[in-house]
Amino acid sequence: MARARTRSRLRARRSRMPGSHPRRRRPPIVELRDATVVYPGGHVGLERVSISIDRGEFVFLVGPTGCGKSTFIKLLLRDLEPASGTVRVAGKDINEMPRSKVPLLRRRIGTVFQDFKLLPNRTVYDNVAYALQVIGTPRSEIKRQVPEILRMVGLGAKIHNYPDELSGGEQQRVSVARAFVSHPPLLLADEPTGNLDPETSIGIMQLLYRINRTGTTVVVVTHDREMVDKMRRRVIQLHDGRVIRDQAAGMYATDEDTSEFGARVRSEMGVAEPDDEGGGALL
Amino acid sequence: MRRLPFFLGEAYRALRRNAAPSLAAIVTIAVTVLLVGVLVPVLDASGSKTEDVRSQLELKVFLFDDASKQEIANLEDRIGRIPHVERVEYVSPAAALKILEEDLEDRSLLDELNSNPLPPAFNVKADDPDNLESVQTALSPPSSAGKPQPISPAIDEIVTGEQTTQIREVTGAVKILLAVIAVLLAVASLFLVGNTIRLSIYARRREVEVMQLVGATNWFIRWPFVIEGLVVGLFGALIAVGILFLGKVTIVDPLSDNFALVENLNTISFAPLVAALVAGAMVVAALGSGVTLRRFLRI
Ligand SMILES: Nc1ncnc2c1ncn2[C@@H]1O[C@H](COP(=O)(O)OP(=O)(O)O)[C@@H](O)[C@H]1O
Ligand SMILES: [Mg+2]
Repeated sequence: MARARTRSRLRARRSRMPGSHPRRRRPPIVELRDATVVYPGGHVGLERVSISIDRGEFVFLVGPTGCGKSTFIKLLLRDLEPASGTVRVAGKDINEMPRSKVPLLRRRIGTVFQDFKLLPNRTVYDNVAYALQVIGTPRSEIKRQVPEILRMVGLGAKIHNYPDELSGGEQQRVSVARAFVSHPPLLLADEPTGNLDPETSIGIMQLLYRINRTGTTVVVVTHDREMVDKMRRRVIQLHDGRVIRDQAAGMYATDEDTSEFGARVRSEMGVAEPDDEGGGALL
Repeated sequence: MRRLPFFLGEAYRALRRNAAPSLAAIVTIAVTVLLVGVLVPVLDASGSKTEDVRSQLELKVFLFDDASKQEIANLEDRIGRIPHVERVEYVSPAAALKILEEDLEDRSLLDELNSNPLPPAFNVKADDPDNLESVQTALSPPSSAGKPQPISPAIDEIVTGEQTTQIREVTGAVKILLAVIAVLLAVASLFLVGNTIRLSIYARRREVEVMQLVGATNWFIRWPFVIEGLVVGLFGALIAVGILFLGKVTIVDPLSDNFALVENLNTISFAPLVAALVAGAMVVAALGSGVTLRRFLRI
């Protein structure tokens, strides 16, 4: 607490100094330097990868199967440790923190996976609430926040259903809600639309886009070339564990709002507007 | 511990939603506790019977009839100071006769005696029957000529019970056997319970993975499992204790009314046994859950 206050005071002072750019001084949210991952058995998952992602960015990570995309995600969650090089999240070398602090790191990173990773014997509500219980949020807060976030992802009506009573798209929405309910600064999605049909996929992407617009940095791993092209965001391409392309968003559509974004991507991909999928209207 | 209600709720949810594995664990624990609950009193009773037999082993030191009071007192003192001697008991001729009288069915035999033929004696007990030999050697160490020579001229003869050696060996073997059975039983119960818990947690490893993904600390994940273990242990033990109680009331109690033997088996009484079984089952189950989880938590 005390340190945070000092830091913000420092920041305030710095910003008063002429010619300083305090916002730019904040470290990138993700910074890999020459990170190499070697799996047991000797397979090289990532090789001298250097990537820097600023706060607020929306980044696609693409490449063929086995090129190291999931390895990158695991590295950021400290599910893996690099054989060499450094991995920094919000300026901190995450491999220097003690193991007992890893849960704290993970609370600051929302995650979404292709297979949803929901707890099958908990309701939608309980799945999302668990992420808040873990960080010690008071019950009353949980009761307020969970229905709110579920309404945001368009699942207000399915709050007491179990995951196996939902469609794939709906389950992924629950998973996105869980990832975002604590408003983490970073959200990682590993092939979030891998199991979903195009229309449902657009809905999920729209949701991620909306989350990005609240200031959360979003990294999306995907195979969906077409989606990547249409969204016009930064694309990092991996091949055999190396970065072979890092294209800083060719032609960002300046500042689309979420529904403009949805409409544009839909029309460019030739997908009709949804008439149910709940969340669409709200977004 | 302000999260206790949350952990209790989580444990309750897990028990309700994983009814089958929980039930399997409860049954396993019940069976194990039942086994332990039956065998512990049996082992304990056999152990104490063996100990009983062993503790009756002693040396008899017969004295000459003309031993003076002074000699007897001195000798008693000297024997008492021999290492490993636990108790020295003087038996006067009169006392010996009384014991004989009590042992004999036909008192008339004694009436025909006009004087007491029994010599004064000491009964000497060692701290352990295995040490009787060294006590005997101390009472009559080998002289320079090589023949054993009693330490006092008042000593007539030193006698060990005829079957002392045999009884000592048999009871020693029984003791080792009982210890082996007890150890095997303990290992088997731990293994059985541990394995059941491992299976039930294995079925939920994905759940644990997801919990870690959203940033749950290891203890946050572990507490509900430990509480669940406590509950499972409690239920399992209660079932076993119920069956044990039925068995006691319907089988053991009527037997002990009819046979002195069963009654004489002085073993742990029911209440402490039940308390130990319930506590043991709960601790083992809770520890089992907590420890097994370590593997899945990768710490
Ligand atoms: N646990 C593991 N052990 C050994 N090799 C692995 C492991 N996980 C992934 N790999 C290998 O590392 C490479 C990159 O994997 P991954 O990052 O999962 O690829 P993707 O880009 O498809 O997500 C692949 O060749 C894969 O076979
Ligand atoms: Mg992958």
